[in-house]
Amino acid sequence: MSVQVKYRIGKSIAFQGLTILLSVLCVVPLIFILVYIIKAGVTKINWNFLTNLPKPVGETGGGIKNALLGSVEVIALSTIIAVPVGILCGIYLSEYKQSKLAYWTRLSVDILQGVPSIVIGIIAYFWIVKPMGHFSAISGSIALAIMMLPIVVRSTEETLLLLPDSLREAGYALGMPFHRVVLKVIIPCGFSGILSGVMLSVARITGETAPLLFTAFGNPYLSFDIGQPMQTLPLIIFNYATSPYNDWHDLAWGASCILLLWVLLLNILTKVISAKWKVQL
Amino acid sequence: MLGGVAMLVSGSVMMTSCGGGNGTASGADSTADNTITGAGATFPNPLYSKMFSEYNKTTQLKVNYQSIGSGGGIQQLTQKLVDFGASDAPLNGKQDSAMMPMAAVHIPATAGAVVVTYNLPECKDTIKMTPEILANIFLGNIKKWNDPKIAAVNKTAKLPATDITVVHRSDGSGTSNIFTTYLSKVNTDWDSKVGKGSSVNWPVGLGGKGNEGVAGQVKQTPGSIGYVELAYAIQNGMSFCQLQNKAGNFITPSIASVTAAANIEIPADGKVSLTNTEAADGYPISGLSWILIYKEQKYNDRSLAKVTKMLKLVQWMIHDGQQYSAPLNYAPLSPKAVSVGDALLKTITYDGKPVLQ
Amino acid sequence: MILNEEALTQRVVSNDIGISVKKEGRNRRSVRHIRAEGVFKKLIFFVAFGMVVMILGILVTLVVQSSLSIKSTGLSFLWGKVWDPVRDIFGVYPFLVGTILTSFLALVISIPFSFAVALFLGEYYPKGWVPTLLKDTVELIAAVPSVIYGFWGLAVMVPIVRKFEAAIGVQTTGVGIFASSLILAIMIIPYSASLGRSMVQMVPGNLKEAAYSLGATRWEVIKSVVLPYTKSGLFAGVMLSLGRALGETMAVTMVIGNTAKLPESIFAPGNTMASVIANEFTEADHPVYLSALIELGLVLFLVTVVINMIGKRLVKGFSK
Repeated sequence: MSVQVKYRIGKSIAFQGLTILLSVLCVVPLIFILVYIIKAGVTKINWNFLTNLPKPVGETGGGIKNALLGSVEVIALSTIIAVPVGILCGIYLSEYKQSKLAYWTRLSVDILQGVPSIVIGIIAYFWIVKPMGHFSAISGSIALAIMMLPIVVRSTEETLLLLPDSLREAGYALGMPFHRVVLKVIIPCGFSGILSGVMLSVARITGETAPLLFTAFGNPYLSFDIGQPMQTLPLIIFNYATSPYNDWHDLAWGASCILLLWVLLLNILTKVISAKWKVQL
Repeated sequence: MLGGVAMLVSGSVMMTSCGGGNGTASGADSTADNTITGAGATFPNPLYSKMFSEYNKTTQLKVNYQSIGSGGGIQQLTQKLVDFGASDAPLNGKQDSAMMPMAAVHIPATAGAVVVTYNLPECKDTIKMTPEILANIFLGNIKKWNDPKIAAVNKTAKLPATDITVVHRSDGSGTSNIFTTYLSKVNTDWDSKVGKGSSVNWPVGLGGKGNEGVAGQVKQTPGSIGYVELAYAIQNGMSFCQLQNKAGNFITPSIASVTAAANIEIPADGKVSLTNTEAADGYPISGLSWILIYKEQKYNDRSLAKVTKMLKLVQWMIHDGQQYSAPLNYAPLSPKAVSVGDALLKTITYDGKPVLQ
Repeated sequence: MILNEEALTQRVVSNDIGISVKKEGRNRRSVRHIRAEGVFKKLIFFVAFGMVVMILGILVTLVVQSSLSIKSTGLSFLWGKVWDPVRDIFGVYPFLVGTILTSFLALVISIPFSFAVALFLGEYYPKGWVPTLLKDTVELIAAVPSVIYGFWGLAVMVPIVRKFEAAIGVQTTGVGIFASSLILAIMIIPYSASLGRSMVQMVPGNLKEAAYSLGATRWEVIKSVVLPYTKSGLFAGVMLSLGRALGETMAVTMVIGNTAKLPESIFAPGNTMASVIANEFTEADHPVYLSALIELGLVLFLVTVVINMIGKRLVKGFSK
């Protein structure tokens, strides 16, 4: 008996050890990559780098102001489009989980996740750029929003599904209508899960180049008009990293570093927000 | 509630976005006229961005050139989404008739070259190549570095018995196009089995994405051979082969030898390949890069003012703009190419009338 | 139950609308609520419906844009083993095999790691700064632009893979299916880990406590309570990861070796559908070629559909 108990406890501890080991292991490559980027990029970042427009090869002091502001704008726009749509869709899937439509919607969302980003770019090109007659930031935002959807929808759905039915029933028992139960009870309870899905989706699109190539197009000048071509960080990294010149490689590394720091900052910001809302399960 | 508000916000943003787009299209004509959009080849991008930046300083004209690839540039010009395209390969007859809605002219803007780079740590001498050897390596017929054929032209070099690993570009590129055009010209086997194009069905080897993909692969693998742009090889201090040209001389790739190769008769339409030219000191794997514009410029409500600005820009690029070529490892245009470009620019019309006199 | 409720609401709405105007504020408010409820239900219905419409739209666009290639190559597109843009011969079989091999291999490698992270964060150490750090770091994995993974993979990982290949006595190209599966495995960890963590955290405490009180060890609780409870979420995460692996381009392109030949082993170089599109789309310079690349996108789309259908069957099978 006691041997068996010891064996079971031993097995349990072994499994815990394995879990810790594997968890730590999967951070290792990331740390290498982070060190790699930060080492190459952080020395390139200074005030001029953030506030100047890019300069051609051979001139010093070029910056990424247009790309930085453009990226903020394009990503904010796609978040504004994707998050409400994604959350609403996730609500439908979790509330009507057995319906026929839910099956097809779920399938659609999973398919969407596997559509390569360049294909999404091609689609946005045919749907928006061609009818508009010129490239535009908004077409890039829509392409990115489409890419964000699967993650937002799935994380909303799965988070809401796991909330106990008693929560909903309590709401209904108080005479709350369906939409209030969902928006005031269910969503706040699942807030942290949804938020981490949104975070993941924003992180996913921040570095995407392919869908922007034929949509947001790029722009060497500063532009705030979402109906016109706009520069973004991934485009600038892509262009400058593939050029032969060290000046431009430096810009690309600096921009990659900024991109990472930005996502890091976003993560921290999310932390602060969710702490302020005191969302606990 | 949260969702509802967000939905509203997104709705209103969509509306403003559409409004904004319309506003600029109809209201602010002057900004639209002062912006020229172009797309295409990645190879001349550093040079073009330098030229456009300089031109902006004196004329305030904003040129938005994006290097989305030659094929992409042609495609966007076909759709009339850009004002000009840029390509490393001239349009062939098939493309001209099948894709272009109207006739387009090719204006040569700059020239570059492709170098053959290799990784042989034991060998200190510069490897010499004949077209025959190069083609057979890339066909997979010559498999070892100490092959008698290589040894025959590199008598002094100590060639190791290592296997040759061929590295090629995996992404469609003008660089591949120039390289395969050259191989098709010098080797009938290559021409019939593989052919020329920006992407081909490579008989052997590994693909690397972009110049740095190929360079990275070559640097890591002893015994490998690949090809990259001249500018890339010079900037990154890579070792490259001397290549035998049509006249029989072994030529080291450089701006001077590319300029020499480009010093030939240019046909009136500007479409000419610089590979394997007759020039005695010319490096054989060279190529022009073109600006593509429609012959008739009155389409999509374009104003005459805008068209004139664009043509003046191109004119400046092939004259004063050429001074920026050499510092960036591009070969300046030959006087013949410039005069052909000038003549072509004068054929461009707006509503049937020539724009530049 | 939900359906009944909906029907009930509908009836109430239709009965009350006419007379509600004269009723007191309280009643008016509830009518407004009921109406808002109807609107909300319609809204989420349309959003869900819109998702299906969008996928169909994408499908239609892809079919229309690839019709030129479908007409000229027909079914040989799928089984053809030669991809030769110069001669307009387009066969995608090697890319099909390459895609499926890399994605599944990546999934197999990443699952132990992502589940470990999910359990570490959700079950063993849900609070404290170390787990928070781990969670943020793991989410950061998704944020690194994939082209950077590609550069890093080529510069750092491929030489290690080459040594490993030499040690076990297989083809030593370094780049290839195996290298790209490794880099993909790293990249897809956060998708299943993040969803898995939220799932594991939401397992009701009383369920676990009940198991503990029966004398179960931690491992036994995980095995017989946590995992069964979170199964659907874990699978959803795996499907997300798989989707990401199927569609990933840049990083794969840098390390897969990009040959149009059928891979002979998992260590051989190959190509995936997504990487071929990304590699060649921007330089596709004649209509049939362009159309063939879009058809490749269509095939990838359909493969994703099939794989997801199979995945759904599996989940269903497991749940029963």
